Amino acid sequence: MNKKQKNLLVRIIVAAVFFVPVWLISEGIIRVEMPRWALFALFLISYLTVGHDILRKAALGVKNKKPFDECFLMTVATVAAIALGEYGEGVAVMLLYQVGELFQSVAVGKSRRSISELMDIRPDYANIEGEDGKLERVDPDEIEVGSLIVVQPGEKIPIDGTVEEGTSALDTAALTGESRPRSVKAGDAVLSGSINLSGVLRLRTTAAFEESTASKILDLVENAASRKSKSENFIAKFARIYTPVVCFAALALAVLPPVFIALTGIGMSGYEGIGQVFRDWVLRACTFLVISCPCAVVISVPLSFFAGLGGASNQGILIKGSNYLETLSSVSTVVFDKTGTVTRGNFEVTGVHHAEMDRARLLELAAHAECHSSHPISLSLQRAYGKEPDPLRVSDVEEISGHGVLAAVDGQQVAVGNEKLMTRIGAEALPCHEAGTVIHVALNGDYAGHFLIRDELKDGAKETVAALQKAGVKRVVMLTGDMHKVAEQVADEVGISEFRAELLPQDKVNAVEELLAENAGKGKVAFAGDGINDAPVLSRADIGIAMGALGSDAAIEAADVVLMDDDPRKIAKAIAISRKCLRIVRENIIFALGVKAVCLILSALGLANMWIAIAADVGVMILAVLNAIRCLFVKRL
Amino acid sequence: MKKTYKIDVDCANCANLMEEEAKKTPGVKDAVVSFMTLKMKVEFEEGADVNTVMQNVLANCKKAEPDCEVFL
Repeated sequence: MNKKQKNLLVRIIVAAVFFVPVWLISEGIIRVEMPRWALFALFLISYLTVGHDILRKAALGVKNKKPFDECFLMTVATVAAIALGEYGEGVAVMLLYQVGELFQSVAVGKSRRSISELMDIRPDYANIEGEDGKLERVDPDEIEVGSLIVVQPGEKIPIDGTVEEGTSALDTAALTGESRPRSVKAGDAVLSGSINLSGVLRLRTTAAFEESTASKILDLVENAASRKSKSENFIAKFARIYTPVVCFAALALAVLPPVFIALTGIGMSGYEGIGQVFRDWVLRACTFLVISCPCAVVISVPLSFFAGLGGASNQGILIKGSNYLETLSSVSTVVFDKTGTVTRGNFEVTGVHHAEMDRARLLELAAHAECHSSHPISLSLQRAYGKEPDPLRVSDVEEISGHGVLAAVDGQQVAVGNEKLMTRIGAEALPCHEAGTVIHVALNGDYAGHFLIRDELKDGAKETVAALQKAGVKRVVMLTGDMHKVAEQVADEVGISEFRAELLPQDKVNAVEELLAENAGKGKVAFAGDGINDAPVLSRADIGIAMGALGSDAAIEAADVVLMDDDPRKIAKAIAISRKCLRIVRENIIFALGVKAVCLILSALGLANMWIAIAADVGVMILAVLNAIRCLFVKRL
Repeated sequence: MKKTYKIDVDCANCANLMEEEAKKTPGVKDAVVSFMTLKMKVEFEEGADVNTVMQNVLANCKKAEPDCEVFL
């Protein structure tokens, strides 16, 4: 508790100590003879102790011509009650109101802190080594790109960099949600925000502090709460209208019915005189004013969203705004990019077919022909070859985009590529009976066989589809630039029934646009990709999810949700979190407004007094806040 | 130009009031107050003097909610 809260707590206790015995006496529960003025004085002490700041703020509100704030409402309601001789009710309402305020302030402060602890990856300092070998702590802001910094065991890595010296294990849980430590050695890139567990590391920084992963994540998370959702805007607008409306209703209630009764005499039977009629209706109006406080409703919605965003980021899911959390919850179609999302993008040579010559020799020639290319498929051939190709043996390299490579290796004309390349050079390619990417080879224009290259499925790719369906996603579509046969096989393995294959990058945008059109009015379309080459698709979809995209600025910029690792199951988890969060938001809105509406009706009918009104107000607020905090618990979704 | 300020305020509705006041202040193009992060993000109109504008924002917020604070 901070100073303000402690102060309020003391005032509440002191006021309660005065209030309870005096109230018991005034109700006749304890029989003590006491003059009426003494009772009043004791009530007044209690009232002023607990409520003097409210009275002051109400006065300031009137002075500044902004009367419809809660303080004003509470002041009018309680002062009117006391003036009508209902000392007990007047003081109790103020007391309970302050209890509610205190609870709210403590609860919100606590959840604010626990959420920021979840995201506590801000490094406070960086170590640089002086000439005498001593470490000096400096502000990470001052470290220039390319400097050498030292990270000791137990410290946070302050700035992105590559390891120059040392080996260690890193705890990357705060960044990726992955609990297994990651081992690093010289040459590895490390991200700021991870915690160095075992050894001393010397890092060469590769970014400025501002541009480092930890700063970027914090920036993103902190800005997320200011992109407000529709529910938040709705509730803010609602509060703006609700309070004045209820106030005028209270005024009408205090004046119109008693005047009507006095003029017509209808309904007079229950009252002893006209004065009592007014007294009764003014008290009902005071109850209205107590109910008109909007804070219970207003606090619960942003708190739910904030807790949801915090809980998600703790799981390695960064959602860039409450509005995206809201949209995510109504996703009915999820579109995947195959490579990097469902499959690893790690190609492996799994077979050599129709080769009449020695297979190792064929691989050697192909690997040499491809030795200048960094295409994932070329790299897979080079890996399969196992040795470093000798570039001196290769000449006359010609890369034909979308076809393959022509080159002279050891004086032989080697062509490595797809069927189109074979047709182009007049070699007859034999088809492959297995699914996978097929790379044909021709030597001096004669067909020499082909390699079968396959991508591995990611861990969890199979569970992802089931988890998405469980989270309420109706349609899962896979997009790929790969061949139909490969797409079919992958889709089959992971259980995706719908896919579009052989798409060029711009076709993917079109495909997503078609799905958006088909889905209009039926829910939102999310696109998940690895952020490489798919920024346009990420921004075109209702929700763009970038996976494992910490390295790619373009993807982080274009995406609405960033998964810090590349586990596809997190897509389903993000949707599940958003659904839970929105369910809680709806519960809170309906519950809070429902209780308020019921109380308004009951008090207008004279069935609810101020006790019930304030208990409902504070009770609703406490329950709504507790319910909102549930958004934080998303680990098991 | 955009700037972010730390604020202090006790209730969620008061934060909404501050946002309204800030938005109405001349020189402010847009303002967002987040009660949860206790931050006010202000987008200024071109050529506006940030310091004077923020002084006015603070004064207006104080009128709507006497107990609030904007740390300039």
